Amino acid sequence: MSPEFISSLCDGILMGCVYGVAAMGLTLIWGVMRVVNLGHGAIMALGMFALSLLVAHLGLNPYLALAGVALLGFVCGVGMYWTAVHRLIDAPYLSTLLSTFAVNMMLIGMGTAVFTTTPRNIDFAMRTVRIGALAFPGTRLAAAAIAVLVTAGLHLFLHRSRTGAAIRAVASNRAAAELMGIPSARMLSLSFGIGAMLAAVAGGLIATIFPFTILSGESYQMRSFVVCVLGGLGNPLGALAGGIVLGLLEGGIPFFMPVSWVPVIEFAIFVLVLMVRPTGLFGGER
Amino acid sequence: MKAGRSPGLWLTLAAVLAAGLAPAIAESDTMREGMSTLLIFVTLATSLNILLGYTGYVNFGHIVFFGLGGYCGFYLLSRHGWPLPAAALAGGISSVLLAGMLGACILRLRGAYFALATIGINEAARAFVSTFPPFGGATGLSINFDVYRRYGGASRALWTVYASLLAAALAAIAMSHLVRRSRFGLGLMAIREDEDAAQVMGVRAPRLKTIAYMLSAFFPGVVGVLYFFKNGNVEPGDAFRLNMSIETMVMVMLGGQGTLMGPVAGAAAYERLRGYLITSPLFKNLHLAVAGLSLLLIVLFIPAGAVGWLRRRFPPLRRFLE
Repeated sequence: MSPEFISSLCDGILMGCVYGVAAMGLTLIWGVMRVVNLGHGAIMALGMFALSLLVAHLGLNPYLALAGVALLGFVCGVGMYWTAVHRLIDAPYLSTLLSTFAVNMMLIGMGTAVFTTTPRNIDFAMRTVRIGALAFPGTRLAAAAIAVLVTAGLHLFLHRSRTGAAIRAVASNRAAAELMGIPSARMLSLSFGIGAMLAAVAGGLIATIFPFTILSGESYQMRSFVVCVLGGLGNPLGALAGGIVLGLLEGGIPFFMPVSWVPVIEFAIFVLVLMVRPTGLFGGER
Repeated sequence: MKAGRSPGLWLTLAAVLAAGLAPAIAESDTMREGMSTLLIFVTLATSLNILLGYTGYVNFGHIVFFGLGGYCGFYLLSRHGWPLPAAALAGGISSVLLAGMLGACILRLRGAYFALATIGINEAARAFVSTFPPFGGATGLSINFDVYRRYGGASRALWTVYASLLAAALAAIAMSHLVRRSRFGLGLMAIREDEDAAQVMGVRAPRLKTIAYMLSAFFPGVVGVLYFFKNGNVEPGDAFRLNMSIETMVMVMLGGQGTLMGPVAGAAAYERLRGYLITSPLFKNLHLAVAGLSLLLIVLFIPAGAVGWLRRRFPPLRRFLE
């Protein structure tokens, strides 16, 4: 195997961790309330822009600014839950697909009007780390490290804290959780907020690596769907693993065929996994 | 024939026909262009309704049939010199075949999973077309201006296309009505209400869904060929606009999903609204946002759409509003 191939695979793994965080937001929302959030990509795009504005105008370090982006994402998510999802939580899935898509259109439409669609990037660079023949851009390493930290944080929150336990209770049986005195609507809005927060953070991390436009969120949202399905819908840790699988595919495929085939293969795998193993590659039996 | 004695169908057909003939009577080219867009919307919305309204399956990739059917027909027309009617039919049939193949795979998925897969299909189709050499890659295909001569010059050719668009819209409405009144349509509605229960009652859900998917694919393919013939070229970005799929969904929801008139009324209303938003200086850049807002309000407050709401509110109107 050539060094280029190995370094491309390593890059893929690093990016895959970031994809994992984005997908974790989707998968959490799906797992808790069976809603597919089609506004996910728009929130990622907002995260990208929020980070670049914070860095450009307040001169903050991007990783510090990420905290602000996370807060913004959380607020957006909670707001979105109460306006677009809460009334429809028991309606057929068709309604929430359409309502979250409507939010997506509104965010993208307004974003296009405000920011136009010219590509932007964040003027920020970190030292390249060399290990043997392999070189890793610092921003990618940092992004992957943050992604792993966020995953660990989410896991601890869901499994070690009382609120996390309440969210899991609502996810497994909303009516029973309500009878046990858990305010289920509040838990749902909280999980929607966390899901959106993860999207915004992932968007911010991507913005430190690649140039972006208001429309970039869409392609990352597509990837998030693939990752969710690979890792098993509703399984946050699986999302990280699924992200890494997708990253490896994106790093490896260009060595065998033209780059433009990558999405075709990704979606072929997506449909195949949904049909053959709907619980995901790492999911247990349900 | 019972299906023929329906005031709702004849009212709709008459309205579309009257609106469609207006530009021909006025002999106005601007009116014709506006009506062409509207007729394309009507056809797309009416055919999407078979899956979205009758069967209750969200299809984010409806425009794939428009794009891919259009590409196939346009390819035959420009590279092999097929006449327009044959190319349009070929476009429709290739869409149906594509839907049959895709449906056999993805219609085993249910509910939200199906919706996700259809988003993927739109992206994958665009990627496929931009890398498939016979279809001209990222630059697409274009026709030689000489082709129009066979149809009596460019101006005559455009009127021919317009007449075909009108015919396609009327045929789509008639098909939608026949599906709605058939045993097959009842099966689809049973799936919409409760797929498990329908299967227990002997509805062969996977097969019916696939047929519905194929039926909904035919007219977008035909209209795609006509549209690209009218434009004289076809390129991937223009053929697979995810937005267009969504706008079609807004039309269906606006007018009333699962009704015959709803998609037609929704398409007309949306076309007006869009025309206003795009030309008004205030909303020019915000037309997507306004469409999103209207979709959200409809989903939240009148999920049955305008026609559905009227039917519930004024029962005597039910004879005419279908």
